[in-house]
Amino acid sequence: MTSVEPAHAAPHAREKSPPVTAVKPARPARSVRKNRDRLHGLLMSTPAVAGLIAFVGIPFGYAVVLSFYNVRLGSPLAPSFFGLEQYRRLFTDPDLSGPFLRALLNNLTFAVVVVPVQTALALGLAILLNRKLKAIGLFRSLFFMPVVFPMALVAVIWRLILARSDQGMLNSALHAVSFGNWGAFDWLGDSATAMASIIVLSIWQGVGFQMVILLAGLQQIPGELYEAAELDRASRRQQFRHVTLPGIRGTLVFVAMLTSVLSFRVFDQVYVLIRGGGLNEDATRTVMYQAVTTAFDQNNVGQASAITVVFFLIVVALTLIQRRVVRPDNED
Amino acid sequence: MSTNTGLTRTPLRRFLDYAVLSVLAFIFALPVLYLLIGSLKPSDDVLNGLSGFLPTHLSFDNYTAVLDSLNSDSTGYFWRFMGISVLLAFVVVTGGLFVNSMAAYGLSRLKWRGRNAVFTLVLLLMLVPFESVAVPLFYMFNDQRNTLYVLALPFIANAFSVYQFHTFFRSIPPSIEEAARIDGAGPWRTFFAIVVPMSKPAFASVAILTFLTQWGSFLWPVLMVSDPSVRPLPLEMSVFQAQLPPDWGQTLAFGVLLVLPVLIVFAFFQRWFVQGVASSAVKG
Repeated sequence: MTSVEPAHAAPHAREKSPPVTAVKPARPARSVRKNRDRLHGLLMSTPAVAGLIAFVGIPFGYAVVLSFYNVRLGSPLAPSFFGLEQYRRLFTDPDLSGPFLRALLNNLTFAVVVVPVQTALALGLAILLNRKLKAIGLFRSLFFMPVVFPMALVAVIWRLILARSDQGMLNSALHAVSFGNWGAFDWLGDSATAMASIIVLSIWQGVGFQMVILLAGLQQIPGELYEAAELDRASRRQQFRHVTLPGIRGTLVFVAMLTSVLSFRVFDQVYVLIRGGGLNEDATRTVMYQAVTTAFDQNNVGQASAITVVFFLIVVALTLIQRRVVRPDNED
Repeated sequence: MSTNTGLTRTPLRRFLDYAVLSVLAFIFALPVLYLLIGSLKPSDDVLNGLSGFLPTHLSFDNYTAVLDSLNSDSTGYFWRFMGISVLLAFVVVTGGLFVNSMAAYGLSRLKWRGRNAVFTLVLLLMLVPFESVAVPLFYMFNDQRNTLYVLALPFIANAFSVYQFHTFFRSIPPSIEEAARIDGAGPWRTFFAIVVPMSKPAFASVAILTFLTQWGSFLWPVLMVSDPSVRPLPLEMSVFQAQLPPDWGQTLAFGVLLVLPVLIVFAFFQRWFVQGVASSAVKG
């Protein structure tokens, strides 16, 4: 009776409609459906869109507003208009700008190292794993596995590996390799290596994510291109330069930009390791860490909102650059 | 000639591939091995140089000790931390699948005035990372800290999920729904009876990605939770590891218990994990 098969249903409907459309009633039927769509489309979208406005749109606008006020939690004073004072303090006040500019610099250092290193590592892994070998699936899962580890746990594991005592995993490994010449070194506590430690554990956790995206990109390169290159006696290096790289350029740019946005959002591992892990605070504080401590520990919501707005502007700038770089590439 | 060189190359190359992969995989797996072995060793042997890797004196004592020590009102209860994480993940994933897929259907398959404006708004809100609204949300909900609903609510509606569903629904040929609608099914029935069953891959990958993010969620609980009775597992992980004097065996056992649920999900739904992550690349 009622068939869901489009092939049957469509001609059936067409045969039936002409006598009806000749008279008026058919039109209301159609516009009733249109009206219905209009109402139901709106109804269906409402819960999610309302949620997004309530928990993303309004708070975001509110952050901008709060950043122009002097607002403190638990303060008896009413919030007062502050103009651009919060921003001026962030960038020029000798007491406040120090930690904030340091946080910006730390984020920048993190991004400048992590983006190229993690992308290159992910590409290397993706190329190694893009082969038809037995048990290749097992290797792929293994490299992807840290991605499912909560960052709070990753921080704790690495806290032990990098422990400052001579019994720490890395210290004792170096001790063994250097025939006893290496002693205890405080990887997390020393200002020279604290950021490097955060970088290493972040790459360990995140590289599988980029690898999977790049692997998907590599698998879209037609195999004939490699066969043709092989016929032309292209060396492996030439194949990489003239087939692989152009084939995944778009994906590669995407991954690099995604990594740079993610690298500005770093918070969990820094927070966990500064609170109780002996991590050097000044060398590793990030913009988000700064926002949270300003809002939560110092109750200075206005100042924290200004940090949030600066953070957002950086992320949007990076996203817009990403769109710009990726788009022309997609067209050709 | 070229086939000849190909043949002589293959076994050696294959061996090299395996060798390189195995060495890298071993280095990569070391922290995970350390976690597993350490969680089963007496605490004093964990931070003990390279012998921390030796699987000696293994027992589940650390696990029972974690469950015993987190078993009072002042410390909180381990199973309660776990229960809260499970509950939050369940609410955020199922609630999110429901509202976000429905919105995506309304925005991709039904024609109504203002639809494009609303979808543009969703795309714009997708640019706003949670981090940049955490502080104002913290201020707005400050008198509702330590409540469960405030931990879940901000994450149910998700612009990126809407976008992922939207992309998927647009790829469904319209003729299929047309047929259902000509047979008299309204938009709701068409959606729930025809479109949803057809879209299992999209639901699976959105669900997995949401679960993964929610299970590790840390920033929002840091801001909103001080009471152990509503504390999710990752936040308790950071509290537990900072205890003095530290007990490394127990800390690692706690870590295994924290990651185990997500590893089990990963083992069973690996394909969807990878697809969900790879599909996020479409975003560019």
